[in-house]
Amino acid sequence: MRRWLNAILFFVILLAIWEGLVRTGIWSPVLVPSPLDVARYLAGSVQDRTLLDASYVTLKRLLLGYATGLVLGLPLGLLNARFKFCEDTIGLLALGLQTLPSVCWAPLALLWFGQTETAMFFIVIMGSLWSITLATDAGVRNVPPIYARAAQTMGSRGLHTWFKVIFPASLPFIVSGMKQGWAFAWRSLMAAEIYVTILTGFGLGHLLHYGRELQAMDAVVGIMFVIILVGLLADKTLFSPFERFMHRRWGTAKR
Amino acid sequence: MTVETELISAPPEKLVVEGVSKTFRTARADVHALDNISLNVREGDFVCLVGPSGCGKSTLLNIIAGLETPDKGHVLADGKPITGPGSERMMMFQESALYPWLDVFGNVMFSLKLKPKLNNKERREVAMFYLKLVGLEKFMYANIHELSGGMKQRVALARALAPNPRVLLMDEPFAALDALTREQLYGDIQQIWAKRRKTIVFVTHNVREAACLGNRVALFSPHPGRIQEQFEINLPRPRDINSVELAKYSTEITRALKRHLKPELAEVAE
Repeated sequence: MRRWLNAILFFVILLAIWEGLVRTGIWSPVLVPSPLDVARYLAGSVQDRTLLDASYVTLKRLLLGYATGLVLGLPLGLLNARFKFCEDTIGLLALGLQTLPSVCWAPLALLWFGQTETAMFFIVIMGSLWSITLATDAGVRNVPPIYARAAQTMGSRGLHTWFKVIFPASLPFIVSGMKQGWAFAWRSLMAAEIYVTILTGFGLGHLLHYGRELQAMDAVVGIMFVIILVGLLADKTLFSPFERFMHRRWGTAKR
Repeated sequence: MTVETELISAPPEKLVVEGVSKTFRTARADVHALDNISLNVREGDFVCLVGPSGCGKSTLLNIIAGLETPDKGHVLADGKPITGPGSERMMMFQESALYPWLDVFGNVMFSLKLKPKLNNKERREVAMFYLKLVGLEKFMYANIHELSGGMKQRVALARALAPNPRVLLMDEPFAALDALTREQLYGDIQQIWAKRRKTIVFVTHNVREAACLGNRVALFSPHPGRIQEQFEINLPRPRDINSVELAKYSTEITRALKRHLKPELAEVAE
């Protein structure tokens, strides 16, 4: 409770300072909108549904692409860790592509798929897939061999060992890889949405882009807030439960 | 065969190790870990393998467990050759090898879930029984990182005992513990062995520990790993590791150990 109060107090003070500075009139209101203007814009765009629709479009792209990245990345990582051949081929490819900033996929995706949802989908997958693959690979390699040996003397074999021992044992690595993959996917999607207009749906990135074109600073700042909020919510709902579980069980990072 | 000979005949051989050799190839040299080892362990016997570090005793235990295969020779369990690891020969390691993503109860259940003949209610009952046996029923929902080293080994013991294996293979399970905890566990393991009639093969480099626990102590010497001598320990149980009678045995074994090590050291000096 106390921590919540601290957080709320901190942000209220921050907003008050902002409002105060705007009122002194040292900056043009065109460049620095007051927090009230931003709030008014946000309330308005929630009412006329532009904000909700845009968030829906963006989140749908992100979640679909990210889920696909997970579904492909986890098994690829396991294969890389298990088979030397996969490590020497797919592993190297993953390492190379992971170093590529994922927004660099945008031109290629647009030429291949045109201004379509598929292009967005592709960019998000490429953003998340390789970090998830590499983290899973690293996680499996870091599992103490004695875990699997102990399981084998208890009668565990093959897939059972993989699913009940190797996979949960590498969870700390996998979750941090998932977080990294999420961050990359989120960044690349925003970049792609600002970069190109996709006619099948206007996402948050497009709104941000239009805010700039219309010189509507309240919109620009408001959308930035929403983007931050989505990131925070994703962290708290998707990853925090895993992290709390790991902190409790593994005893890492006491709170 | 008369009734008399039938009655006095020894219990069946649980484990038969015959002419086992094993060499590890590393980048620098070949390590001849085991050289023509033969060892018989009867049902219900408690055998300690003792020797200096690197004499191949853990390798032998891993071969009996089925985790490694011998280059030469073979190992029989109940007269059948060992083809791989299995829950009828449960292994305990120096590190507890408990799973940090499960709580204490979950760890004990792990080995039981691999036993198909039980239903889940029975599994829970068996797990509770063994947690009580090792005195940790109050910690059943504790996380592994919250336990002390001795408690961890107790959980590992419960996990190994729960599926009721006939053979327990223990690879220096108490080496990393403090002396006081160790003494407690010596008592526990003797009690469990007597109560549950297990066959135990116990690896240690601590001569006194071996003399305290084993019916029989097999003395290993390194490079290549060989069994040099075997000692019968004829002392009543439960044995106290600090007793004078035990000291006689451990002195005798230590002397033999030094005797077998000397030519080895001389060789190195040359």
